[in-house]
Amino acid sequence: LRRQAERGREKKESSMADGEGNLKLLGLHVSPFALRVRMALGFKGVSYEYIEEDLFHKSELLLSSNPVHKKVPVLIHNGRPVCESLAVVQYVDEVWAGAGPDILPADPYQRAIARFWAAYIDDKLFPAWTGFMKAATEEVRGEKLKETHAAVQNLEKAFSESANGKAAFFGGDSIGYLDLALGCFLPWFGALRVMFGVEVIDAANAPLLAAWAERFGETAVAKEVLPEPDKALAYATKLKAYWASLNK
Amino acid sequence: MAGGNVELKLVGQWASAFVTRVKLALHLKGLSYEIIEEDLRNKSELLLSSNPVHKAVPVLIHNGKPICESQIIVQYIDETLVGVGPSLLPADPYERAVARFWAAYIEDKLVAPWDRVFRVKTDEERGEEMKQMLAAVDVLEGGFKECSNGKCFFGGDCVGYVDVILGGAVSYAKANEAIFGAKLFDAAKTPLLAAWMERFCELDAAKAVLQDVDTVVKHGKFLVAKNSARASNN
Repeated sequence: LRRQAERGREKKESSMADGEGNLKLLGLHVSPFALRVRMALGFKGVSYEYIEEDLFHKSELLLSSNPVHKKVPVLIHNGRPVCESLAVVQYVDEVWAGAGPDILPADPYQRAIARFWAAYIDDKLFPAWTGFMKAATEEVRGEKLKETHAAVQNLEKAFSESANGKAAFFGGDSIGYLDLALGCFLPWFGALRVMFGVEVIDAANAPLLAAWAERFGETAVAKEVLPEPDKALAYATKLKAYWASLNK
Repeated sequence: MAGGNVELKLVGQWASAFVTRVKLALHLKGLSYEIIEEDLRNKSELLLSSNPVHKAVPVLIHNGKPICESQIIVQYIDETLVGVGPSLLPADPYERAVARFWAAYIEDKLVAPWDRVFRVKTDEERGEEMKQMLAAVDVLEGGFKECSNGKCFFGGDCVGYVDVILGGAVSYAKANEAIFGAKLFDAAKTPLLAAWMERFCELDAAKAVLQDVDTVVKHGKFLVAKNSARASNN
């Protein structure tokens, strides 16, 4: 992504139609929510300036462009900030509607289903696996792992129901909204494997999702954007130290 | 009848603010539907089979196909069902993103603690959730300013998506003082939202759909008492 930023700076003079000069993304290299947006932009072939935030020392730009939540990702387009990863992904899909395939399904009913599962991922799966990671006791860790696997089971069922489980991705032949919503967690699932020896998407219990995860990892956007699990691992270590300092 | 030959069923429950959102959207669009009232202590086969993941209301069943989650249902109605009146979501992508932002804010920062206020066991926990809610209302006042641009609704001149998302809870907002002793939209603290609420209640859709406030007060007090009693029985 540094390559992209460098290329961007060089290209500033030639004012790209894609929005290069007036498109910035505030992110964190391992934030799943920022990764969703980076994948969406990559999918559309849109160039932008990427700004890596230090969430322990938030920039003035971040604080002023997302004063309500002070969180990444923030997409700043023509000086106007767009926040909340799923809202940003839909924004990218709508603004760059001509550039490449749609991220959200064209069919309104399929769109409702994609939105339902994306909300499920944020409301049920995300709190479960992050709760597992943060758990202070073995008991809570066990509870949260159960919740995580239960959520994965529901998503496995969802995948099997979409195109009878025969399509490569939730989005069909190519990736879509739901693939991005879930795929952004894969580096973290890799980190959890190392940290705790657990498999969030277990090939024995969730074979369709396990195969999906492999395929997703092989896509151009995933290869370009998703960090290696050891980056997530390194960040998790940093976070653990931070949480420990809070508990003193 | 607007909407043509559309088969619409709404699986709901009178007290739910989430169901009320969907009713508001359907009324604003002039769409007719069949309401199926659930007893949530004894959920119907229809509810369990059409929302197996959450087993919750509302569920909109359109030509036999279920759509779940109130915000998703409202967007589906806006995008799919041909009715009367303007779109709930703005046409401009940036304004849509802003509307989605504030709808998510309302859900996560206002409605979630508000729901917990009824369910927690102690006065202390209740006070804590109420504090969070009221802090969110302060922020939402700024949200209203941003969305409305000096006009009457979050949607501008006309009722929009965020108005419907917040509007579902208006009877609870009005009931808040009687149940918990604190005004939710206090004209002294958040004048824009207080004025918005009065304006919202004047809409035909609101008059048709919003729950009677005294009934909500009774229901709210009952929920609080029930959940507190459960605590003292432990």
